[in-house]
Amino acid sequence: MAHVPFEYGLYLAAALFLVGLVGVLVRRNLIFVLASIEIMLNASGLAFVVAGSRWGQPDGQVMFVFILAMAAAEVAVGLALALLFRRAFGSLDIDKADRMRG
Amino acid sequence: MLHLLFLVPLLPFAGFVVLALGGRRLSHAGIAAVGAGSVGLAALVALAVSIDFMAGPPAGHAFDQVLWTWFSVAGLKVQVALYLDPLAICFILIVTCVGFLIHLYSVEHMAHDDGYARFFAYMNLFVGFMLMLVLADNLLLLYLGWEGVGLCSYLLIGFWHKHWYNGYAARKAFVVTRIGDTALIVGLFLLFTQLGTLQIQPLMARAAAAWPQGSALPVAAALLLLGGAVGKSAQLPLQTWLPDAMAGPSPVSALIHAATMVTAGVYLIARTNVLYDLAPAARTTVAVVGAATLLYAGISALFQVDLKRILAYSTISQVGYMFLALGVGAWSAGIFMFITHAFFKALLFLSAGVVIEAMDDEHDIFKMGGLRTRLPVAFWTFLIGAAALAALPIVTAGFYSKDLIIDRALQSTEGGFWLWIAGIVGSLLTGLYAFRAVFVVFFGSVRTEPRPGFRTGLAVRLPLFVLAFLAIAGGLIDIPRGWAHLQKIEGFLAPVLPVTPLRHGGLASALWTTFVPGVVALAGIGLAFLLYERRRQQAAEAATSAAARYFLGGWGFDWLYRYAFEVPFLWFAHVSRNDLFEPPVDAVARLARAGWRGLSATQNGLVRSYVFVIGLGVAVGVLLVVLR
Repeated sequence: MAHVPFEYGLYLAAALFLVGLVGVLVRRNLIFVLASIEIMLNASGLAFVVAGSRWGQPDGQVMFVFILAMAAAEVAVGLALALLFRRAFGSLDIDKADRMRG
Repeated sequence: MLHLLFLVPLLPFAGFVVLALGGRRLSHAGIAAVGAGSVGLAALVALAVSIDFMAGPPAGHAFDQVLWTWFSVAGLKVQVALYLDPLAICFILIVTCVGFLIHLYSVEHMAHDDGYARFFAYMNLFVGFMLMLVLADNLLLLYLGWEGVGLCSYLLIGFWHKHWYNGYAARKAFVVTRIGDTALIVGLFLLFTQLGTLQIQPLMARAAAAWPQGSALPVAAALLLLGGAVGKSAQLPLQTWLPDAMAGPSPVSALIHAATMVTAGVYLIARTNVLYDLAPAARTTVAVVGAATLLYAGISALFQVDLKRILAYSTISQVGYMFLALGVGAWSAGIFMFITHAFFKALLFLSAGVVIEAMDDEHDIFKMGGLRTRLPVAFWTFLIGAAALAALPIVTAGFYSKDLIIDRALQSTEGGFWLWIAGIVGSLLTGLYAFRAVFVVFFGSVRTEPRPGFRTGLAVRLPLFVLAFLAIAGGLIDIPRGWAHLQKIEGFLAPVLPVTPLRHGGLASALWTTFVPGVVALAGIGLAFLLYERRRQQAAEAATSAAARYFLGGWGFDWLYRYAFEVPFLWFAHVSRNDLFEPPVDAVARLARAGWRGLSATQNGLVRSYVFVIGLGVAVGVLLVVLR
């Protein structure tokens, strides 16, 4: 197996994170926002794994397991929110939830 | 037993806290039980403490209970301490017992009102503050109670806050009494800077030791305290708030604006009687203010058409008698008048409350008439109250107290012929206006039928009957001078209040001065019968004449104050709107407003924009670290 320089892994993680961030910023559908957040979480997970392999430490993979667990919890809460959101606003457009504007 | 004294003010305060915090959760019956029960318990404790005190008076005829130190700074140590002596006993018994009867009456009278819990919470708070006022060991604690009762008065006058007029009346009462309160607090400053303490007993001792009789300082201090008393007790020239205070519910008028709070001024003067003995000029002022007020209010009462305003002016007038008594050095006579007045004036307001409720909130006496047969309970109790107010000889309590005051106004070395004449004329006026109300409201033909199905329940009847009994029999706690050599009130109060110095004793002079006020009171009642029972039509027409309108408005004092103070002040405020100091002040406000606009614009409620700003912040932070 060819040796992949660890910078490439970090570049990939950064690119994935940006994709996720842009998704959160431009998407108005709550489901897609949630999916974008998942991408950002996985990007940070990837960065942990890459860093772990760079220094030969298992901590990176341990952190990734934590992130997976947290992402699962986040999805559970997020989908419940989406359900309630739909009921309250009749759509999934998060810009409709702007009642707290100053 | 005496150590239970702290419970007397504590119980009403506890009732207030329970009602204020849990009033929404309590049932109707629960609110009534807490509201009336706390004052009832306080009355029982006060009775027990008083009986214990009278059975075996403690050393010095006073009991001091220090609860805790309020604050201690720069030589001023103020303790929350209660001081019980015969004078305080008179006041706590009246405040708690009459207060309890009025609370009991309110249980039924206010039953169909919104804000039942709020009403009882305010009433309990009032009773607590009033007890603190009369039990205070030092003048600062007294002042706290003094302001507290003022606050409760404000809250209760404006109790029906949905109508603008009630709010106006409440503000007026608050502002006008505040003028007096300012004089009072300046007086306290003067006393503290000159004598170095605010504890009443040491203060009085030091004043007597340090100040020669008739010197300028005691006169100034006594006049400043008198300013406070005049405001609270609605005497000339700060009397204008009391007639408007009738905007509140009838039990409030009975408790605060007749029986207890308005006599706080009498209490203050009696409590600081040493100062007034040192300042003959101030004491003469008290007597003159009292005499002028009793005549002023008596004449005003004669022209009122609102049943409760008649009673309001009669209160001003009767408190004027108390001031007259204090001013001529008849201290105990003033306190005796306070006691009997509390009985019959509370009675009058409560039975007037029944009448007004039965007439669907009608206050105009000329729209009533012939209610004698329609509302027998209200009729008999009002009749007894009016008889006591008019000082009907022998059978009523009011006679014994008022007769004593008029007698002392002549016989005291401080009194004089003109003060006596004022008392006599006031007595005639009292009989006239009290029975004017009785004849117009309860006799003659029926003008308006009471609300069908209206009847009074036990909670209303019981206080009325008890107070009616007291209005008749309450005078027997003292017996007029010259009839028997028993001066129960004067003897009881002797440790606190000096005995009146009499010009010339002797049975003969006492007897004729005793009979003249009685005859004059009877003449007043008879005149009322001739004027208002025999000629009802003319009486109703006379009430609309120009002179009657002048007296109806309280001699134009409101008009005078409006054009002497209010209008010039508003004009001055208006013209100085754009003076030199405005732009910098405005600039601060404008800056704050611009900042507020800018910041609130960022709170647009869009989650995505928040994410963007957070991302931007992180990016800037990372860049700063990388490029450093």
